[in-house]
Amino acid sequence: MAEASDKPGLPGSLAQNPRLSRWLSILPEGRVLLKTGKVEIGQGVLTALRQIAADELDVAIERLEVVPANTDVSPDEGVTSGSRSIEDSGLAVRHASACARAIHISICAQRTGVPPERIRVDDGEFVGPDGPIGSYWSQTDDMILDCDADPAVVPKKTEDLRLVGTVSPRLDLPDKVFGKPRYIHDFRLAGMRYAKLVRPPSRGARLVSVDDLDLDAQLVVDGDFAAVVADSESAANAAAARLASRLEWEEKDTLSGSENVRDWLRSVAPEPSVEASKATDTEIASVHEREIYRPYVAHASMAPSCAVAVYDGAALKVWSHSQGIFNLRRDLAMALGLEAYAIHVEHREGAGCYGHNAADDVAFDAAFVAMALPGTPIRVMWSREDELSWSPFSSAMLVAIEAGLDASGNIASWKQTVTSHGHSNRPGSGATPSLLGASHLKDGAPLPPTRDGPLPAGGSLRNAVPLYVTGGLEVAASRVAETPLRVSSLRSLGAMANVFAVETMIEALAEAAGRDPVEYRLDHLDDERAIAVIRAVREMCGEPGAGDGVGRGLGFARYKNSAAYCAIVAEVGAEEEVKVRRLWIAADAGEVINPEGAAHQIEGGAVQACSFALKEEVRFDRRQVLSCNWEEYPILRFSEVPSVAVRLLAPPGTPPLGVGECATGPTVAAVANAIHAAIGVRPTAMPFTAANLAGEILGR
Amino acid sequence: MIDIIVNDAPVSLDLPEDANLLDVLRNHLGLFGPRFGCGAEQCGCCMVLVDDEAVQSCARSLDAVAGRSIRTVEGLGTPDTPHPLQAAFLEEQAGQCGYCLSGMLIASAALLKANPAPDESAVRGALESNLCRCGSHNRIIRAVLRAAAAMRAAGTAQTDG
Repeated sequence: MAEASDKPGLPGSLAQNPRLSRWLSILPEGRVLLKTGKVEIGQGVLTALRQIAADELDVAIERLEVVPANTDVSPDEGVTSGSRSIEDSGLAVRHASACARAIHISICAQRTGVPPERIRVDDGEFVGPDGPIGSYWSQTDDMILDCDADPAVVPKKTEDLRLVGTVSPRLDLPDKVFGKPRYIHDFRLAGMRYAKLVRPPSRGARLVSVDDLDLDAQLVVDGDFAAVVADSESAANAAAARLASRLEWEEKDTLSGSENVRDWLRSVAPEPSVEASKATDTEIASVHEREIYRPYVAHASMAPSCAVAVYDGAALKVWSHSQGIFNLRRDLAMALGLEAYAIHVEHREGAGCYGHNAADDVAFDAAFVAMALPGTPIRVMWSREDELSWSPFSSAMLVAIEAGLDASGNIASWKQTVTSHGHSNRPGSGATPSLLGASHLKDGAPLPPTRDGPLPAGGSLRNAVPLYVTGGLEVAASRVAETPLRVSSLRSLGAMANVFAVETMIEALAEAAGRDPVEYRLDHLDDERAIAVIRAVREMCGEPGAGDGVGRGLGFARYKNSAAYCAIVAEVGAEEEVKVRRLWIAADAGEVINPEGAAHQIEGGAVQACSFALKEEVRFDRRQVLSCNWEEYPILRFSEVPSVAVRLLAPPGTPPLGVGECATGPTVAAVANAIHAAIGVRPTAMPFTAANLAGEILGR
Repeated sequence: MIDIIVNDAPVSLDLPEDANLLDVLRNHLGLFGPRFGCGAEQCGCCMVLVDDEAVQSCARSLDAVAGRSIRTVEGLGTPDTPHPLQAAFLEEQAGQCGYCLSGMLIASAALLKANPAPDESAVRGALESNLCRCGSHNRIIRAVLRAAAAMRAAGTAQTDG
């Protein structure tokens, strides 16, 4: 539960959760419990937070145990998203730990008469001028940390840190390498039963009738929500298959068909708005236009979403891999007619997820069935087909840029218009629950409309304001309210398409001006850190070797215009399909907690972006999603993965900047620019498949 | 009754012939290493060794492996006595969410059994059926090459570990 009032002057999530005992518990046996509202999604956040706390407390890292986030004890830190975990939770943990250390030292000082400044801490032991004088472990009264953090406490200086900035092995990885039960999928409760959903066969389908004879399973049906419950997973699967053939649905066309999305986005009446503008008085010598398209893409998590729930007639307990357990609780309460305090949500790890996938939806499914069968723990796992077709997608997008050059070829005006759905439909703030199953109930309210956060971070407009000095500037959104396919947040939101558009446009303008594209960028940048990453990546990749059908291209952005700077060079080879052979990445994420973790996040984001760039598109006809298995929705395979070199620049004294999403847009842009270098066509539509590129060549 | 050997231990199962192998391993034998990803042999998360061959268990029936020896990732090694592949995956920090890793380890174990000195392209080839969404591929490749070198150095490439 969030504390009532914000406390000014405290960093990160500590401002909303100032009570120190929310974050830390010191136990007499020599352990420290670290509580965070952020969750592990494979990005290594728990490991980084442990490093930060161990450093400030001066204890061995092994003494710190990170408590999985749960709504009873953890600080409410909203959603684990937007590359904000280090900025939100990391800085909060650092300050809370520094406060805890100061309080404990002052208690020791009072008790012993040794002045606090003469007490040092050695793995939790307090040492005075004459030797040991106590320890954290002998001062573990619960009350000690039951006070608010003091904004005046100053955490350690960077040069005094032992662990932060060094490589720390991931806390969660050993279990995953030895096959230990660690995921929500492995979670079992005594007496647990298995529910399986039968989703509507198409988007506009309504359930007309059910023939439930000889189903050998318990049926839970409400409106268009249909589930079977059995004693085993295999029996539930078999019963669901039988039920699917016994449900009669009324279907209708509700979708445009994936081949028509580009035209559909142009045709629906959007809500236009200008969200940033600046006039220019420079005379425009030439005007250049470019429009790019990105189709709907999917999270495509390796595991289908899963949840466990049990209802005792009064209280509901849910285990979930949601990225926002407090927000999930709020929407569950709304959907199920319970008070939030009657719901306990506890995080369990799932497969990697890159935004709002079906984690919250499946938690509702399990909770709804559990409430129909009080006293029985219910586990629900979606099918692969449902995961790829019913999870929220990332919105299709059109980005149009009109740029004016002055007589010397410099950019004098820049107008960028983004047509897209909003990029957030997460639970937590809608007027109706953002939970798929709840919208399928007989009296269920429709899902809330999608939203976009305001600039500078933005949603559709994320990174639509170029970092380049452009003279005149107009950035406009054309928001498409109607969402025949459900969309929500996916890694980097609108930045993937916007950076693709900006960075291919900048090269087109350099070409029009007859200038080197890298120099052209540098000429239009006044941010030294931006210039530094571009120079660094150019130095990393060296001179390209000559070769037919091989090309290199650059992509650059500062994620959200406020997080990490990232410049990437891609080398592609145009064979039957385009193949990305190598990536060089230079990034400036400010202070880095775990260099290996940060580099891994950047590399992973870049490899995933190659997959989006080259292969991915959600395909659908007029009624239903067709790309619902790994053959129909292919992602990058080992033979297609480029080698990747990452270099981290960290100017001294700079605060940490989120790193998890900074590579996505620059990678897509670098690949597009490399394709232009290799075969002379500047792609305008993702994915860059041979078929799409052939279409672009013919269409020129 | 269907007899199989799981991680070196004989097991008799009173289950139907068409019982799903992955379901048997996870829900009847409590081996959570093999993971459900797709149910259609398209992602590799559920891989196990059947004798020395890496196979996807999610669409395989129990009777198809009757009398055979099955090894899951739990049977490769433990934290105290890790298989060289498990040690190398930890040394290279070769995983983010980790959901694909059981399959990666099993496919790699089959590769190293057949080819103790693979080059990078052989590793990529052996893992082509295994999907990873987090982009940890390069670290996984480095881990397999590291394990192969360690096993050759220790002269253990001929055993199952």
